[in-house]
Amino acid sequence: MIEFRKEFFADERDDNLNEVGKPTRRQDILGHVTGRSPYFDDHLFDGLLHIRCVRSPHHHARIRRIDIAEAQSMPGVVRVLVGRDVPRNLNTLLSLLDFGIDDEPLLAETKVAYKGEPVAAIIAETEAQARAAVARVRVDWDVRPHVLDVEEAIKPGAPVVCEVYQTNKFIYHGKYDHQKLRYGDVEAAFARADHIVEGRYQMSPIEQAPIETCGAIAAPEVNDRYVCYTSTQALFFSLGTAAKMLTMPSNRLHFIGGTVGGGFGGKVDSLHEPIAILGAMLTGRPCKFAWDREEEMQVGAPRGAERWYIKDGVARDGRILARKFTGYFDSGAYTRLSSYAIIKGVGHLPGPYTIPNVHADVYCVFTNRTPATAMRGFGITGVDFAIEAHMDKVAEAVGMNPIDLRILNSYRDGDMKAHRRVAKNTALIECCQVVADKAGIALQASSRAASSLRDGGGERGRLPAHTALDQKGTVTGIDTGGYARKGGAPGRPAQPVPMPGYSMPAAATAAPRPPAQTPARPAATAASVASSQSTTPPPPPAQPANTTDRPRQGAMRFSSISGLRRR
Amino acid sequence: MIQSVETHATIAEAQRAMGADAIYMAGGTLVMRDVNAGVTATRIVRSSDPVLADIRLSGDGVTIGAGVTMAMIAVHRDLTFLAPVARSVGGPQIRNMATVGGNLFAPHPYGDFAVAMLALGARVSVAGQSAAPRPIADVLRERGRIGLVASVQVPRPQAPADFGFLKASRIKPKGVSVLSIAAYLPRQGGRIRGARVAFGAMGPMPLQASAVERVLDGQSLDAATITRAAQVAVEGLDPPTDPLATTWYRREVAGVHLKRLLERMARG
Amino acid sequence: MAKTPIVFVLNGAERASFAEPGQNLLEFLRRGVGDLSPKYGCGQGTCGACTVTIDGQTHLACLTLAESVTGRRVQTAAGLATGATLHPLQEAFMENFAAQCGYCTPGMLISAKALLDRNPNPSREEVVEAISGNICRCTGYEPIIEAILAAAKGRARA
Ligand SMILES: Cc1cc2nc3c(=O)[nH]c(=O)nc-3n(C[C@H](O)[C@H](O)[C@H](O)COP(=O)(O)OP(=O)(O)OC[C@H]3O[C@@H](n4cnc5c(N)ncnc54)[C@H](O)[C@@H]3O)c2cc1C
Ligand code: FES
Ligand code: FES
Repeated sequence: MIEFRKEFFADERDDNLNEVGKPTRRQDILGHVTGRSPYFDDHLFDGLLHIRCVRSPHHHARIRRIDIAEAQSMPGVVRVLVGRDVPRNLNTLLSLLDFGIDDEPLLAETKVAYKGEPVAAIIAETEAQARAAVARVRVDWDVRPHVLDVEEAIKPGAPVVCEVYQTNKFIYHGKYDHQKLRYGDVEAAFARADHIVEGRYQMSPIEQAPIETCGAIAAPEVNDRYVCYTSTQALFFSLGTAAKMLTMPSNRLHFIGGTVGGGFGGKVDSLHEPIAILGAMLTGRPCKFAWDREEEMQVGAPRGAERWYIKDGVARDGRILARKFTGYFDSGAYTRLSSYAIIKGVGHLPGPYTIPNVHADVYCVFTNRTPATAMRGFGITGVDFAIEAHMDKVAEAVGMNPIDLRILNSYRDGDMKAHRRVAKNTALIECCQVVADKAGIALQASSRAASSLRDGGGERGRLPAHTALDQKGTVTGIDTGGYARKGGAPGRPAQPVPMPGYSMPAAATAAPRPPAQTPARPAATAASVASSQSTTPPPPPAQPANTTDRPRQGAMRFSSISGLRRR
Repeated sequence: MIQSVETHATIAEAQRAMGADAIYMAGGTLVMRDVNAGVTATRIVRSSDPVLADIRLSGDGVTIGAGVTMAMIAVHRDLTFLAPVARSVGGPQIRNMATVGGNLFAPHPYGDFAVAMLALGARVSVAGQSAAPRPIADVLRERGRIGLVASVQVPRPQAPADFGFLKASRIKPKGVSVLSIAAYLPRQGGRIRGARVAFGAMGPMPLQASAVERVLDGQSLDAATITRAAQVAVEGLDPPTDPLATTWYRREVAGVHLKRLLERMARG
Repeated sequence: MAKTPIVFVLNGAERASFAEPGQNLLEFLRRGVGDLSPKYGCGQGTCGACTVTIDGQTHLACLTLAESVTGRRVQTAAGLATGATLHPLQEAFMENFAAQCGYCTPGMLISAKALLDRNPNPSREEVVEAISGNICRCTGYEPIIEAILAAAKGRARA
């Protein structure tokens, strides 16, 4: 039985709650139990056409020719869509936030980079006719070597997965081929440590598997508009993406969503709407484009695979002095949301612990796998698994009970976190104490006496005196959008970015620079992004009470992305 | 793509209507998947023959129409020995639809009921043939060429403890077989006479475990015999790798599950 | 391709419509007849979102040939309520938070109703067994099981 104890966050609690603690009905439940909740497919249109995609059977191949002649003459076929029918056949979702380079076609024209990538779409009177015609599209494939492993993909000579990113690595802030976190000096701390504990952790892709598969129905509406019913979890992303790829003002698109048959993140970067709307535009009739279950499993973007290497420097008494991460996110063939997941994940490092020296290099790697996307705990779950498995390993190395080890290293209110924000509302210690009680584990007296509210801040609340910086992985000649340049300046409108070649410095050299130019500044506030362009040191650690009323416009931008996956 | 659906009054007529462009549909739990995916023949042939839904007891045997569903078997008063087998197939909706005939033709990893039929040494009547019913092992080996099945004749075990069935799956209570095992061990004076043991999901079709049968024959079902039987469990089997389990895993656990089944049968 | 006229009883009322050759009952009910309560989740028999009863027995509409309901009685979740009066199972699902996204709910309700119709006082195990062919990805099943048990006991809340 969970008890919600009032002493925690007492100063922040609002006890005028009139719902929490009482059973309540969902506001949409009546529709659910009567079968009347209107999911995207629950709209009847006379003369509805059905769209099915022709998909790559290969992980990686060039397209020599797509022959649609026979398919076009099949019974019931109204139209066959190929890449050149798409007004702007290149996109990346986060370009709507001016982050990342357009890298993914709606319908591939020159090459495919994952198994199941669509190259054409059949529009037919019935679904069965569309399926039959799919089998008659002849694609002349030039099959290329593929790469399915993140570390293989970044070796020299690996097949280039996505033309835009020639080294198979996403480029962060126009500068680095990975997302950096530098806080203190891990190497110096390793030299002082009594134990070095290293681990490698791997997590496979996970399919969100909502019971409703992804789909959309679009139909011509009055006033030269199109209505689109969609299963998207992110209605305004989908609207923006459709408007961009179809090069039409979004006020000509009437999107209706919100009733979603489960999403769990898998319906954030939906690409059904532009295909359905394009179908409606070119045929003048209502069109439905929905995945079947097999497609949902094969091409539905999963939570991506992650591989983490963690190296800790640990004192004899169990204090973790330094933690170094090397992480590889498997983005699959295109960026989708993995680039952002890493920013969020790096902001979370080194987990809920106060470690004075932290270093992370995290790579967003392109492989010939299904593009990855959001899923619950996006950007966090994989590395948390790695961190917590590693904590157990550290406990074993120093001969401590794993819960005692966690309490000892736990963050407390007022501590400085590696992303340079002061920790507040921490409750890991209390959580561990309750877990130990429930599990009947005897804690050390010091663990029993510890509190999240005491002994934090002070020395622990200060930034490290020295942070070791380096220019490893510097990339020049690439423009990933205006994200890195923001700092209050209005965002650059999304522009088609040409595919520039870019060069890598031959050697990665460590060139110390003032801390304010630390390149790793994940999901920062508007204020601190501005400071990264100047030599102003980061704001001094504020006391928890003060931080609550600090404006957080910058963070809101990204929390609006993460808010999308809460279904 | 399906162009037509034909329903024939007798199974013999349905047999005559078959051809390279036709697929026979019973409960449809497998055929409709293919129809939905657009990967099947152009004609669906069905039969409304009432004999297909018949369950007829005869002496020490029972004749089960090919169209009898798993749900019908699960509740039949005289087929309690087969109820656990029928109940192991799919979820409740599948059992209301899935037929005995269809199960004989279900590809790996399906065919749990066929495993029981193989262990019981059932005989199969083929539609439109007056010849004697054929041993089920032949039918399983030649499925695809055999024609339509009209019914299955199944011996009924003299003692309920002579027949046992086990299915290992990853999801419970519903779930597809990692493997299934059926054992028919008639005993005379405490000794097994004419052991028949069959495995499902351990090869391209339900397979008889002759090595196990040889170990069991003439023995009493004691701990030593069970251990020896488990040791030879995978002899002659050819388990595939699929999303549920690897070849290695299936080989590894086959003996363990056989041992559990035999121990349960020994306890009676 | 010739369409087949199909006359059957849906939720107590006689209905007639045409089926495409090889069309499954789910598509037929949804697009042909206009009953949108059974849902598509897989078209492979694995999710149960399309569950309906045919002559009182649960079937998967996606694996049923539309033709096969000719002359038979089909029930869907849309027909559970009597006018404005909800079925006790519907009340119990509402009160017990037995749905989140709600996509599995129509199929769950039909499986539950088929159970209670033949076994008005099921054990917890029988409830679990009865809904074992229905996948819910959101609720974690407990509230659904509680709701069905509560409905059986004649109380909305477990
Ligand atoms: C979700 C799901 C879960 C399942 N779980 C299981 C399980 O746990 N165990 C299991 O064994 N199976 C399982 N199955 C497979 C299947 O439901 C059963 O094997 C069932 O018994 C097949 O019977 P049917 O009547 O539905 O066959 P159909 O789909 O009608 O036919 C299957 C095949 O058999 C042929 N056939 C059917 N009847 C005859 C006949 N009389 N003569 C000649 N050929 C015939 C058909 O032409 C076709 O090739 C599952 C299927 C699904 C969709
Ligand atoms: S849609 Fe019929 S079982 Fe999933
Ligand atoms: S409530 Fe979403 S699948 Fe059950």
